[in-house]
Amino acid sequence: MNIQINEQGAVVLISVGEERLDAHNSGDLKTRLLSLFEGGKNNMVINLEGVRFVDSSGLGALVSGFKNASARNGSLKLAGLQPQVQSMFELTRLHRVFEIFPSPEEAIASFQV
Amino acid sequence: MSERIELDITLPKETRYLGLVGQIGESMARALERFSGDREELAYHINLVLTEAMANAIKHADQPTSTEVRITITLARHKLTIRVYDQGQGFDLHTVSPPDTASLQERGRGIFIIRAIMDRVSYRKLKSGHVLEMEKTLH
Repeated sequence: MNIQINEQGAVVLISVGEERLDAHNSGDLKTRLLSLFEGGKNNMVINLEGVRFVDSSGLGALVSGFKNASARNGSLKLAGLQPQVQSMFELTRLHRVFEIFPSPEEAIASFQV
Repeated sequence: MSERIELDITLPKETRYLGLVGQIGESMARALERFSGDREELAYHINLVLTEAMANAIKHADQPTSTEVRITITLARHKLTIRVYDQGQGFDLHTVSPPDTASLQERGRGIFIIRAIMDRVSYRKLKSGHVLEMEKTLH
């Protein structure tokens, strides 16, 4: 999976460079997140600006990351959701679970308050 | 007279083809001559239902003898019918519970999503395997 990982202070910015986040590549994302947690990172922003389509397994990978971050007293936040992707979070009520920001910059800034 | 479209697709039982089947559904939604609703939303929904149903068939069709998934998409008299055939053990549609945000399960949202989008969903046993049948009336 095409993914960019940048450390910005205490926050890791993960930019997903795939148009689709589905059952074909969501396992990859889950594994990459797990290796970051194992490396001691627990504050993350996932930038979904480039993602046009997400299915239930893509949502599952994000939920997995959210739970792992919370269990380590960290936080996993989302940024840059396209309208159709946002509607998936609303359909499954996950918009009440995740903190969702318009841009990655705003999501990163929210950790510094 | 309303338009009639019938697509019969057979693909290898691999997740790498989810994008292809989704694209076929999106292209069909954009090509419809008579549809007065939100076309982009319909395109996304058909893509999503096809992706979820095919992923489900791959998950449940774990028989080593079956290497393909067959999907039919039919539009007739304003009714869209998607059928996904699998060769596996099957599952009980009614034991799939809606996602519980409190417990934050990682799995189990696929059938919930299909049910939320389509008007009617059934899962039937055939002589060989099962079929997940999903219908939606288009206006």
